[in-house]
Amino acid sequence: MTVHTAHPPGFAHQFEDMEQQREAGSLGMWVFLLTEIMFFGGLFASYIIYRALYLPAFEIGSHLLEVKFGALNTAVLILSSLTMALAIHSAQVGKRRAQVGFLIATMILGAAFLAIKFTFEWHHDYVEHLVPGFGFIIRPEWGAAGQHVPMFFCFYFFMTGLHAMHMIIGIGLLTVLTVMAHRGRFTPEYYAPLEVSGLYWHFVDIIWIFLFPLLYLIGGRYIGGGH
Amino acid sequence: MSGHIVSVKLYLGIFVALLCLTALTTGVAYIDLGAFNTVAALAIAVVKMLLVVLFFMHVKYSGRLIQVFILAGVLFLAILVTFTLADELTRHWSPTPTGWGMLAPFLLRFF
Repeated sequence: MTVHTAHPPGFAHQFEDMEQQREAGSLGMWVFLLTEIMFFGGLFASYIIYRALYLPAFEIGSHLLEVKFGALNTAVLILSSLTMALAIHSAQVGKRRAQVGFLIATMILGAAFLAIKFTFEWHHDYVEHLVPGFGFIIRPEWGAAGQHVPMFFCFYFFMTGLHAMHMIIGIGLLTVLTVMAHRGRFTPEYYAPLEVSGLYWHFVDIIWIFLFPLLYLIGGRYIGGGH
Repeated sequence: MSGHIVSVKLYLGIFVALLCLTALTTGVAYIDLGAFNTVAALAIAVVKMLLVVLFFMHVKYSGRLIQVFILAGVLFLAILVTFTLADELTRHWSPTPTGWGMLAPFLLRFF
């Protein structure tokens, strides 16, 4: 009989060693993220088709979005991805207080993204009657393409809405992680919850990296010099 | 033994590169490049995605199994988009069916 050596905290017995456990955890998270790719992929595929069918309307719609808020939010999300990566780095080198600090920073940046999205963009769109189903007004200056502009805004609100929902879930995950990190649950040997939640957070960042050019930028910004 | 540790310096470098690419893609959108505007925007987005996936998500240092799984996911997304477009964009290639009447010239040959 082999000597039963002390095993690291968080080690589950069905695995050979911590390395195998970590790999299995990441693989499982990636499988979930692949289903998320297909989930968002349906929206992206239909966006491409309807954009091809109603290009003038999509360009009018894109012009009505504010690039500055889209670009600012991209920067905020990229910074939050950096702080998330640094939180995991802090766990790997065994710095507990830095972990908590970076996790809180990530949460604040995520909340800042949502605040910019909701107050400066969605609320502004509502006031401007650009929300389909909530008093959308087709403007005469849009011409014949005007009847299809609500289609663009349906995509805009569903895509950014689904993304925002993922952000809210992410902030919920970060809240739990912050408490766990504060209690010293993560060690250089075991930080799987941080690692897989980090994968989720970066995935949501990647979705926005594609939404930003698709919704804000490729609508022929140069026509008439933008705003 | 813990997983591969990426240095803080590299993380900061990736972060700066991502910010520069965001500024670049925003700037390029205001220059009239015709159809190339869309190509440039998506190409920059793909580069940014690769930076996040390879370094922030540690895929560069992950095992082959995870890398193969991710490629499979990308492949299925490509199938989803390509096949849907192949249907939608080629519908006008064949004539619109007009019911059984279109078979008349063929059937009349037997009478």
